[in-house]
Amino acid sequence: MFHEKAHVCVFVLFFVLMQEVTATSRHYVDRLFDPDPQKVLQGVIDMKNAVIGNNKQKANLIVLGAVPRLLYLLQQSSSSMELRTECAVVLGSLAMGTENNIKSLVDCHIIPALLQGLLSPDLVFIEACLRCLRTVFISPVTPVQLLYTDPTVIPHLMSLLSNSLRTQEYITQIFSHCCKTPEHQTILFNHGAIQNIAPLLISPSYKVRMQALKCFSVLAYENTQVSMTLVNVLVDGELLTQVFVKMMQRDQPIEMQLTAAKCLTYMCRASAIRTDDSCIVLKTLPCLVRMCSKEHLLEERVEGAETLAYLMEPDVELQRIASTTDHLVAMLADYFKYPSSVSAITDIKRVSRVSTVHFAVLQLDHDLKHAHELRQAAFKLYASLGSNDEEIRKKITETENMMDRIVSGLSESSIKVRLAAVRCLHSLSRSVQQLRTSFHDHAVWKPLMKLLQNAPDEVLVMASSTLCNLLLEFSPSKEPILESGVMELLCSLTQSDSPALRVNGIWALMNMAFQADQKVKVEIVRCLGTEQLFRLLSDPDTNVLMKTLGLLRNLLSQRAHIDQVMSSHGKQIMQAVTLILEAEHSIEVKEQTLCILVNIADGNTAKDLIMTNDDMLQKIKYYMGHSNVKLQLAATFCVSNLIWNEEDGSQERQDKLREMGFVDILHKLTQSSEPNLSDRAKTALQQYLA
Amino acid sequence: MTELGVGSLPLGDPAFNYQEHELNERLKRLYPAVNEEETPLPRSWSPKDKYSYIGLSQNNLRVHYKGHGKNHKDAASVRATHPIPAACGIYYFEVKIVSKGRDGYMGIGLSAQGVNMNRLPGWDKHSYGYHGDDGHSFCSSGTGQPYGPTFTTGDVIGCCVNLINNTCFYTKNGISLGVAFTDLPPNLYPTVGLQTPGEIVDANFGQQPFVFDIEDYMSEWRAKIHGMIARFPIGERLGEWQAVLQNMVSSYLVHHGYCATATAFARATETMIQEDQTSIKNRQRIQKLVLAGRVGEAIEATQQLYPGLLERNPNLLFMLKCRQFVEMVNGTDSEVRCLTIRSPKSQDSYPGSPCLSPHHGASNTHLHTGGSDSPTCSNGVTPPNKSKSHSSSGSIKYPSASSSASSSSSSSPSSINYSESNSSDSTKSQPHSANSTQETSDSEMEIEAEHYTNGVVEGSSARIMNGTYKHEEILQPDDNSIGNGVTDEVCSHSRQLCGGNQAATERMIQFGRELQALNEQLCQEYGKNTTHKKMLQDAFSLLAYSDPWNCPVGQQLDPTQRESLCSALNSAILASADASARSGHGVCSAHGPSPVWFLLLRQSRQLFALAQVQVIVK
Repeated sequence: MFHEKAHVCVFVLFFVLMQEVTATSRHYVDRLFDPDPQKVLQGVIDMKNAVIGNNKQKANLIVLGAVPRLLYLLQQSSSSMELRTECAVVLGSLAMGTENNIKSLVDCHIIPALLQGLLSPDLVFIEACLRCLRTVFISPVTPVQLLYTDPTVIPHLMSLLSNSLRTQEYITQIFSHCCKTPEHQTILFNHGAIQNIAPLLISPSYKVRMQALKCFSVLAYENTQVSMTLVNVLVDGELLTQVFVKMMQRDQPIEMQLTAAKCLTYMCRASAIRTDDSCIVLKTLPCLVRMCSKEHLLEERVEGAETLAYLMEPDVELQRIASTTDHLVAMLADYFKYPSSVSAITDIKRVSRVSTVHFAVLQLDHDLKHAHELRQAAFKLYASLGSNDEEIRKKITETENMMDRIVSGLSESSIKVRLAAVRCLHSLSRSVQQLRTSFHDHAVWKPLMKLLQNAPDEVLVMASSTLCNLLLEFSPSKEPILESGVMELLCSLTQSDSPALRVNGIWALMNMAFQADQKVKVEIVRCLGTEQLFRLLSDPDTNVLMKTLGLLRNLLSQRAHIDQVMSSHGKQIMQAVTLILEAEHSIEVKEQTLCILVNIADGNTAKDLIMTNDDMLQKIKYYMGHSNVKLQLAATFCVSNLIWNEEDGSQERQDKLREMGFVDILHKLTQSSEPNLSDRAKTALQQYLA
Repeated sequence: MTELGVGSLPLGDPAFNYQEHELNERLKRLYPAVNEEETPLPRSWSPKDKYSYIGLSQNNLRVHYKGHGKNHKDAASVRATHPIPAACGIYYFEVKIVSKGRDGYMGIGLSAQGVNMNRLPGWDKHSYGYHGDDGHSFCSSGTGQPYGPTFTTGDVIGCCVNLINNTCFYTKNGISLGVAFTDLPPNLYPTVGLQTPGEIVDANFGQQPFVFDIEDYMSEWRAKIHGMIARFPIGERLGEWQAVLQNMVSSYLVHHGYCATATAFARATETMIQEDQTSIKNRQRIQKLVLAGRVGEAIEATQQLYPGLLERNPNLLFMLKCRQFVEMVNGTDSEVRCLTIRSPKSQDSYPGSPCLSPHHGASNTHLHTGGSDSPTCSNGVTPPNKSKSHSSSGSIKYPSASSSASSSSSSSPSSINYSESNSSDSTKSQPHSANSTQETSDSEMEIEAEHYTNGVVEGSSARIMNGTYKHEEILQPDDNSIGNGVTDEVCSHSRQLCGGNQAATERMIQFGRELQALNEQLCQEYGKNTTHKKMLQDAFSLLAYSDPWNCPVGQQLDPTQRESLCSALNSAILASADASARSGHGVCSAHGPSPVWFLLLRQSRQLFALAQVQVIVK
């Protein structure tokens, strides 16, 4: 009974209060329509004081239509400067509320109105407009493009930069949030962003310095043009890189150290700074490693790890240095020590005492939110660390529970974590030793196979690439993977629109066919289908073509297999080979194709497919005289196989080739300066002597 | 100072002078809080503190191996001329591998004085090293832990000691490799060790710019400490700090009976002392009697001034009586002393007693094990004009500790220097004691005097001792530390039971019987007490040996054994008077979050070093 009453009371009270609030809000809006400008001004000022920190009030005023009126007053040239400024201030305050507030403001076309306001000569008014614009633009719900619709806006903002510390802070903050694409970077760059913002890096105001620094980090990201320009910029007689190095000093605020490290990282990745430059090796890299340490905020640790992974991705020397810096590999293990599920939190909620529950839960919610981020960042960094050096890979796999962590990461709910985990696995799968040991011990192929089902393309690319390595002949996982029925999946990958997936699919099949049983080979051909196989031989992607030729070569590897495959698909294969040899292709492709002919020539019955094809024999003759030694060698091998003694009909084949003038060419080749080639030619000629 | 080695080098060499100048500048910049007149910084390897297989050249900065290098028994090390001063806060040096020689078995690290030099750093207790051949770290152990990469010819290895959190990390070619050791003891020397022919390394103690940016690392810690101080939670206690601190100081002074100082302090700070002055003086008198070994008189005085106190504390009474018996053996208790001819010999019957001087036995061991931080802690509190005397006494601890009981103190040249300066300090204090009356009354003068001589650097117990001993006793250890063995010899010959007096011996035996009876009585009243039984047994055992001072239970005769009894009696008196039985330290933990307090107090010297830098920089 008591409870019910209490509820009713609360409800009534709430209702009354609501009405009252709405009534007062109404009153504020009504005052904006007063005919006396002085009263309107007072009304706006009162409204300003009423909305500060009061989200409910803000929402009410928006609902009651205050925004269009405020915008009208702000734009009216008849309004006093004071009124217009106060309007901008109130709008700025409204923007500080919820995301819904921002949406409503944007829908009322606040952005063009405020941008128009920037043309005013009054600095206080400009600052109020910029403050409001800043608040609107840094919200994720505001379409960034709105800044670029009017081409005169950016140049005007650049010109306002010199006006005051506030304009500098707001404008640089707008830029750093609105520079999301290479096009944005180019627009800002073309309007002199670098020259205009660089001097702000030594501004007396920390906020200005910080926002200017952020601008440079977004401008330089994956942008060679900007990065190349940045290295030559001088600020107060000092090179910009040195200014960034100073900002990374260890007594600077962490945010500044981290952002400066990002700038230098992006410049380095854009090849504007060498990877062995001391500002990278001795400053940026150690700074980023420090950011990964436990003493920093979770957000900082995530950003630090991701930036570091990006910095050293292409450079093995940086990977080696990072792997020995401040126990980084062990330090990253801490990234996994955060709750991975809601159950952990509810457990703690149950256990902890009431008084501490609130704080504990808040903390845990924060941790949980970042737990995924931390894990994916750690996986990324491990992937980057281990991408080249075998020693580092060993160190990583020896980290406590590392393989278990990867295995569970592969099946996590967050796609970001799954992707990072498979990247890490891929990096480690480049190690022969790990393939043979830890990969097999932890049966990583199981979760990997599961991941391959219905995964989005980006995950699929990494996962199938890893699978290629797991299917290598010496990998103990090859057998169980074959048995798990991976073939269909790989064959379907070869039909994907994405070249990367097609390569991985055919690559995996190629690895699978290497020294495989006849049964497996037949199964591959059956599953892939000859049609698809020959379609792949005309694939526009050279990588796909190369791997498909590789697959053919692996399929045609033992005499019995060669004859069997050629007896069923000989015609198409010969056709495909002819086409490739006649078309414009790289040496590697032609060599691979000639190698297929070598294998065919090694068959018993398959030989005849070449011997009866004079056109093909002419082609072989042509490649024996080719300027490229590799092709000469492959063609000579082919002839040598055709005329090999001790095989049925060798005499006839020798005679035919002699008639066609092959012997003369072989004699010429014995004089070759290339020892491999002359030896092979001599061996072939010996077949005639026997 | 001679160890700077300036005199032995060609002064005319401009290149050298330039390097010397640069070194001075850099050291001043890195370690502004270090006073090199008290605690010189390492500037080169010590030609005296090395194994014979080590050769030095290039102003004692280059080290090469000149042994056979057959196996680990041929390992050889060298230490720097000086230990790392605590006031550095953060200390750093680098070693460049000029040649890895045959096998590159090189170790870079730290070791305490006295650690065997026929070894690589890290293999022994109080020795720490990072080895080039396997990249392992060795923390006082023959087996290493995987730590960092290997290092070889051309590499520059740095070693950084963080005296704020007592950790150490290494750098390779300017990159930090992460923490290698924690819980390091104080007073470590930079050390390198080599093991195979051809190994050559060059040290950089600041002669050249470091490859690693140590100043950047220092700046981070400076910012951290400033942040810690700035964010120290004060809460509602804002404004009460002065009262808390004053109360701490005052109750400390009162507890230990520094009556005059306490009064002066109360006057200056306009605060009140709870206990009245006569009571403080009485307590101090009784304490002094106990500490002087005149336990019989102490018991009498207690019974007279605090009637009923000992009756209510029979255990305490028994302990006192036991001690009295021990002191009779010693020949110091008045009951036997009045029977002997008062000779200086009997007075001197505790040779080299470590507690009498800065060579305090207890604090030595503390320092040795790294457990006590008393010197660093109190240094921060001491007024700067007194720093000289106590810092030198602080530095002398280590040498004497390593040579432990033997009074022939370590022969390292630096320790002799200190000993001399120390002795001059004591001679300064001597007149004060001499002027004081036979009664050893607690004149204001005396207390102030001892305060000045010792500062606050000693552990609190040591300080009480100093307050009560007569000047002859204070003098003696100084003689020892100078290395003058005369007093020593006299002592060892003069030690006889009850000062060698027959009547005294008889009195002692009589007293022993009384003690036995008291024990039986207590047993009947309060039941069996094993502690008492043991105490009695130990005391009586002394009579079984012809030379009780050198027998297995001879430890009892050591005057330091009086300290615990003294403070027990003091606390009992205070408790009976319902005064605070705890000293001011208790306040510390009662107020404010103790861990931070503790940290601040413990590390004040090092923190100060960094905090100060900032001030100077500003």
